Amino acid sequence: MKARAFSYLRARTTEEALAAHGQQGEDARFIAGGQSLVPTLALRLQAPKLLIDITHIAELRGVRREGEFLRIGALTRHCETLSEPLIGEFAPLLRAAAPFIAHPAIRNRGTLGGSIALADPASEFPAVVLALDAEIEIVGFAGHRRVRAADFFVGLFETALAPGELVTAVHVPLFKANQKIAFDELARRRGDYALVGCGMIATLDGAKIETIRIAFFAVGNVPTRARHAEDVLNGQALDAAAIATAQAALGQDIAPPESDEVPSAMRLHLARVLLGRLLGRIGEGA
Amino acid sequence: MSVTGTSFGSGDADETVRVRFMVNGRKTVCEVAPRDTLLDCLRDRLELTGTHAGCEMGTCAACLVQLDGRAVHACLMFAVQADGARIDTIEGLTESGAIADLQAEFHRRNALQCGFCTPGMLISAHELLSHNAVPSRETIRDALSGNYCRCTGYEAIVDAIAAVAAARAARKTRDHSS
Repeated sequence: MKARAFSYLRARTTEEALAAHGQQGEDARFIAGGQSLVPTLALRLQAPKLLIDITHIAELRGVRREGEFLRIGALTRHCETLSEPLIGEFAPLLRAAAPFIAHPAIRNRGTLGGSIALADPASEFPAVVLALDAEIEIVGFAGHRRVRAADFFVGLFETALAPGELVTAVHVPLFKANQKIAFDELARRRGDYALVGCGMIATLDGAKIETIRIAFFAVGNVPTRARHAEDVLNGQALDAAAIATAQAALGQDIAPPESDEVPSAMRLHLARVLLGRLLGRIGEGA
Repeated sequence: MSVTGTSFGSGDADETVRVRFMVNGRKTVCEVAPRDTLLDCLRDRLELTGTHAGCEMGTCAACLVQLDGRAVHACLMFAVQADGARIDTIEGLTESGAIADLQAEFHRRNALQCGFCTPGMLISAHELLSHNAVPSRETIRDALSGNYCRCTGYEAIVDAIAAVAAARAARKTRDHSS
């Protein structure tokens, strides 16, 4: 198992990285943690001529508050998501999801920006940033722009990134005192890709849900909001009847693809189970 | 050619890059092809064959090494990416004695059969115990979840790690009280 030969460039600035990509065109790939890219190179599913290493670009690092958002640099590693106090305080849904990503050694290398840019339909962070209504910061030749998560994930491994553009950061709306989060996934073995997973954030008004945002992953080509389930919960007290109604409504939100291993009906069933469990956790002490 | 420089994208198979890093405490310079993984470099160039080549796609974790103090798959990064880094392999950790108690306990409890996965198991265990002094069995299992052992159960491995954690904690208490 050996990648096709390629050249390697360690970029020091985003300008340098973009210029190298521009020069090389389709034959270039950016590499950060590489935990998804390197296996595809080893299996020769991809064979770029140039790898542009972006892990030494300072602009892509660091976590800081910016107004009503927490700016999390694209190079933030999954292990740092678990240890960084600002993420624990202001983006706890990311913290809650991080332990589910693969295994410890993968989390030591994999990055938030890489996970977002790859947009694997079975991965955790794309669904989390969708639930959080986060914005993805992108740099390209035209400069910086920000895209809402809802507009970022457009298809199977397909995003709003144009060729040669880089994810530079994720901006997460600051977590508030009247909010609660829940995250979980069902997998055959710890660290395996989820059969179904879900992250949610609820804004509470006393015992009632003011608004809730629920995002599922591994149920289709893109992370998916459960808008019908959300609608039946918004403004309601979170009791057993409300949870059952939301579980029923979920059938209008997701239509998992058929597969031999995991039939569509089974995945929908598991999604309903997961939804019930997570709403139960939100309801505890609400 | 150094790792930073002007853009070059010929992708020639014979292109090489000079990589400098600290391997097991020694300054090391290695001439590698960009597509050589850190695993290739450690085993084939530096003859550090304690780092095992298993699946070469990040699944089995027989190739774990410490990169700047963190466990990583040597098969999931290219040697050029490690330029400037500190790498500790199972040989280095053995020489320094940092995992001597783990190795002794694995041996005592026969926490291995063919031993192919053992270097990776030890690196995972070492990282776990450096962050979490007395982990629960569930936490130990979670920490080992990326390491495959296909010829024994995990029971003796979990036992060995739990025993070392307890022994280290007891030693610490003794040192404090004396």
